[in-house]
This record gives sequence, structure tokens and C-alpha cells, in this order.
Amino acid sequence: MYVRHLQLTDFRSWQHLDLAFDAGPSVLVGANGQGKTNLVEALGYVSTLGSHRVSGDAPLIRRGTQRAVVRVAVVHAGRELLVELEIAAGRANRARINRGAACRPRDVLGALRTVLFAPEDLVMVRGEPGDRRRFLDDLLVSRTPRYAGVRTDYERVLKQRSALLKSAGAARKSGMNSDDLRTLEVWDGHLARHGADLLAGRLDLVADLAPHVADAYASVAAPSEASDTASQGVDPSGRSADVSYRSSLGSSLPEGFGLTRGTRAGDEQGRKSLESALLAELERVRGQELERGVSLVGPHRDDLDLVLGDAPAKGYASHGESWSLALALRLASYHLLTADGAEPVLILDDVFAELDRRRRARLAELVAGAEQVLVTAAVDEDVPGELSGVRFEVGGGEVQRVA
Amino acid sequence: MYEGPVQDLIDELGRLPGIGPKSAQRIAFHLLAAEPADVDRLQETLQKVKEGVVFCEICGNVSEQATCRICQDTRRDPKLVCVVEEPKDVLAVERTREFRGRYHVLGGALDPLSGVGPDQLRIRDLVTRIGTDGVTEVIIATDPNTEGEATATYLVRLLQDFPGLSVTRLASGLPMGGDLEFADELTLGRALSGRRSV
Ligand SMILES: Nc1ncnc2c1ncn2[C@@H]1O[C@H](COP(=O)(O)OP(=O)(O)O)[C@@H](O)[C@H]1O
Ligand SMILES: [Mg+2]
Ligand SMILES: [Zn+2]
Repeated sequence: MYVRHLQLTDFRSWQHLDLAFDAGPSVLVGANGQGKTNLVEALGYVSTLGSHRVSGDAPLIRRGTQRAVVRVAVVHAGRELLVELEIAAGRANRARINRGAACRPRDVLGALRTVLFAPEDLVMVRGEPGDRRRFLDDLLVSRTPRYAGVRTDYERVLKQRSALLKSAGAARKSGMNSDDLRTLEVWDGHLARHGADLLAGRLDLVADLAPHVADAYASVAAPSEASDTASQGVDPSGRSADVSYRSSLGSSLPEGFGLTRGTRAGDEQGRKSLESALLAELERVRGQELERGVSLVGPHRDDLDLVLGDAPAKGYASHGESWSLALALRLASYHLLTADGAEPVLILDDVFAELDRRRRARLAELVAGAEQVLVTAAVDEDVPGELSGVRFEVGGGEVQRVA
Repeated sequence: MYEGPVQDLIDELGRLPGIGPKSAQRIAFHLLAAEPADVDRLQETLQKVKEGVVFCEICGNVSEQATCRICQDTRRDPKLVCVVEEPKDVLAVERTREFRGRYHVLGGALDPLSGVGPDQLRIRDLVTRIGTDGVTEVIIATDPNTEGEATATYLVRLLQDFPGLSVTRLASGLPMGGDLEFADELTLGRALSGRRSV
């Protein structure tokens, strides 16, 4: 798919923007602080209903105004879809498709799929488990929009249950037999149900993603000319990349889940067995949970293990290797979504400046053939020749198409 | 900031649910410009609400007398009880004209974040009522969101062992994550007639 048109009103620094794109590569060049990231962030927002830079919506609304509007015309399989999102301060956001009746923002998920590469991507390798869970969940929602609801439901139940654990734990300490304890079982059940749903989605995602990551890492790490070594899955030092899901269920996770040729977790039966496993584990750690007032089991405690060769990437991989792996995770996302039947729009926000010459060249080669690639850079020299498509200059609150 | 009473009025209005600072200001200036008679009437109504409206001692709905009109209405089936969170939900179900039983208003939903547990809701009253009024069917119509679902589960567990009592949950079809009061009449009516046994 590709973005044919983007219109912004009071989104970040953009009071007004009206921009037509072509399929293929486009490069947006402009000095730092001119609003390039703001522009692509808007596209990312339409595709995930969240910003890749901030957790809340408030910073997305231009300072001094009350609402931001993003309008995107997306062409997919010869059909054009107009998606409109209104981000409002202090009330619910609204959405519309093809100028129809207002709908929930969630209903536009899937209309635009993007894979966004950003300088912050290194946190997927070097950051906290939460950074990797976010990567997984964003991809999961892109792939299957239903999970946006699952994710919100789970987070809500988790919050409620944790609040209860705190008060119930406190009550227990003071020797009271609290009502809270009776309701805890109810929340356990809901946590297990939504948790199993989310966990199943992630396990199947990782199972499907892992081979793409291995391939993509080999391609990025391979010397630029000899792309035929890529299929052998080795980097110059002979190491391959492997990703696997680490569940807080530990050895209680039913066997075979999360593996590429393993058991699917997302069907009725898979979810049921995960739900029972979660419930059993919750019962096992109940005392500990009450003691500490924290929910200790569930997808909010999980992680994505990244391994290069036989060493964990975090703490061992060099700066360059970490970048190769971060790029591989994004490229793998792109390949997975494409294999699912909807090629996403690739967005490369100021990433070339982060990479050495060899990785720049490899990345450029690997994405040049995509249906649409939007690249931002501070200077033209950062952008490899393969991607010199349509060129836009960004500055002074405007975007000019120059070639 | 405006001077004295005007700002006080804006602040008071702003405390009401669903009214932001802008609306509060708009309402305040509307009241300032309104006819004295209109303002008097509003004032009287507010007074009456606080003094004259009580909660029905049977079902917990808002009422003018000790028991509400629905609980007094002999044409309505006392064996069939619909459990809702708030009085506004009674209105929502009434609008469907599908329901001929009585209600039980819980006064909220399980919400640990706000310190609401079973004891803060009218659950004990419900159990007593089932035991004494010969109730044979309870329809749980809490909101289709996290807190409403948890409350429903709690009630189902609590009531499932009552001999001769059937407990049903409003069938799905209600938009998830929503509020019962915002479900349109048709959807709610359909959910009511298609309720499933739990
Ligand atoms: N909500 C907002 N309202 C107004 N300006 C904003 C808002 N959010 C960010 N900005 C401005 O946007 C600029 C950064 O834009 P950005 O897209 O990150 O630049 P770059 O072109 O370097 O990618 C900063 O000057 C910042 O002050
Ligand atoms: Mg930038
Ligand atoms: Zn009554």
C-alpha cells in the first residue's frame, strides 16, 4: 500500500500541511527541528493509534490549540481509503473513513500499515523488557487490529487487580479478613482470560517472526556485494540472530508454544490451555503477590529474548551489531506484514545518520524495492543513492516538492 | 479568572461530570444573562432533588417515595429481577419496553482503583431480596466494560448455588468497553431478549 496524500491540522508543529506523495521512494530533507519526525509520526499514529515517541496524545496537539486532525489517503490494491483522525484535548478522539459517520479510532486500524524505523530503535536491543513488549504489541495490533482491544482490556484488568492486591495485602497484614480477598478470584479469572488472549497472540507472532528476523539479520550483516550469502543466515563473524518469547510462566508455559514449527497458541484450545496455566500460576504465587502488592504473572512481565550466536544481544552485542539487530527486527516486521498480504509503508526517520557506511548501503538495498519508502534526513549526503526518489525540502513550516 | 461569584459559579459547574472549563464558562454566562424566573426555577429544582428524592428501599432506584413506582407496580413480575449499576441504566432498559420485571440498582461496579468492593455495593440487599421475594430469575445487566464484567462474574459466582434461581447475563452484541446507557434501544432490546444463561 502507499500514502497518496497527507493533510495535517495543528498536529505537533504543523499548523497546516497538505502533501501529495507517489509510490516508491521519497526523501524529506530539512534541518533539525523543522518537523520531519512530526510529519512521519502522524502516519505512524494513524497506523497504531499511538506515537513512537510519547505515550500520551497531549504532546501531539499543537501548543495553544485544542485538537489535531490527521487525514491520510491510502491506496491499497487499487482502492483508495480516506482515513481521518481527530485527536482532542480532554475528550474522546474520533475517526472517520471515507467521510462516513464518526467511528471509534480503533475502527480505522488496519487501513494504513506502517513500519517505522527511528533513531530510538536501539532500545529494542538495549532497553528494558517493556520496550520489547511494546514492539511486539504494536506489531501484533498492526497485524491483527482486534488485539488493540485485547491489549487495553488486559491493561485495565491488570490495573484493577494490582490496586486490589495492594489493599488486600495491607488488610491481610493488619490481620483483617477482607472482602477483597473474595473478589481477587474474580479478577484472577479476568486477568487469566485477557492475559491468555494477549499471550497467545504474542506467541504466534514470535513464532512467525523469528525466521524473518534470522533472514533479515543475515541480510543486513552480510557484506554489501555478496547478497547470496544472506540465505545461509550468517553474519561476517558467523553468527545468526535468534528471537524467542520469554514468558513469566517459565516452565509452566505449555510446551510447543511460540516455536516456528510448534503449536499454535491462538486457537480456542491454545488459549484455554494458556488460561489454565496462568490461573494455576496465579494461585501458586498468590501469597507472594499479596506480600508485595504487585501482579507477578502475566504478559506484562514477559520479554522477547534476542540472541546473537550464543550470547544475549543485550550487554554483549557491539554498537554496530545492536543496530543490525534493531534494523532486522523492523525489516522482519515488514516482511511478515507483507507475507500476510498487505505490504506496509516503510518509514525511515533519520536512521541513516545512525549507521556506518556498510549498514547504510545494505539497508538502502534492502528497502529500495518496497512499494513506498519515506525517508527523512537532515542532509542529502545521509541518503544512499538507491533511495533518491522524489525529493522534498522541509523548512519554515512548509514542505516543497523539488524533484 | 473572573471576579468573585462568577468564577465561583464557573468552578462549581466545572466540577460536574462531563463539563469542561469551556462549557462551564458558557453555562455560567448563560445563567448570568437568563431571566430571573428561569434561574429561580432551576434553583427550586435543585433544592427539591436534594430534599425530595430518595432511593427506593427495595431496588435502590431514585424515587419520590420510600418505594419507587416500578416496585409498587403490581403488573410487573417480582420474580424477575434485572441488576444494573446505576439508576440511569434503569431508564436505558425501560426505554426498550422489553422488560416486565423489577430492578436492583447496585450503585456502581467493582472498582478497586476507586476503593469499591462488594461491601460498597448493594449486593447484600440483593441476596436478601432473592431469599425473601421468591425471585426465580436474575438478569445481570452491568456495563460491558472491565468493571461491569468483573461485577457480573462476582454475582454469578455468588448466586449460582441458589436453589431454583436462574442467572443470566445480557447477551453480547452490546459494544464492548461501553456504557449501558449509550447502547441504542434496538441493541439493548435484542441483548435483553437473547440473554444467555451463565
Ligand atoms: N505539540 C507541539 N506544538 C508545537 N510545536 C511542537 C509540538 N511538538 C513538537 N513541536 C516542535 O517540533 C519541533 C521538532 O520537530 P521534529 O519533527 O522532531 O524535527 P525534525 O525535523 O528534526 O525531525 C521542535 O521545534 C518542537 O518544539
Ligand atoms: Mg527527527
Ligand atoms: Zn424500587
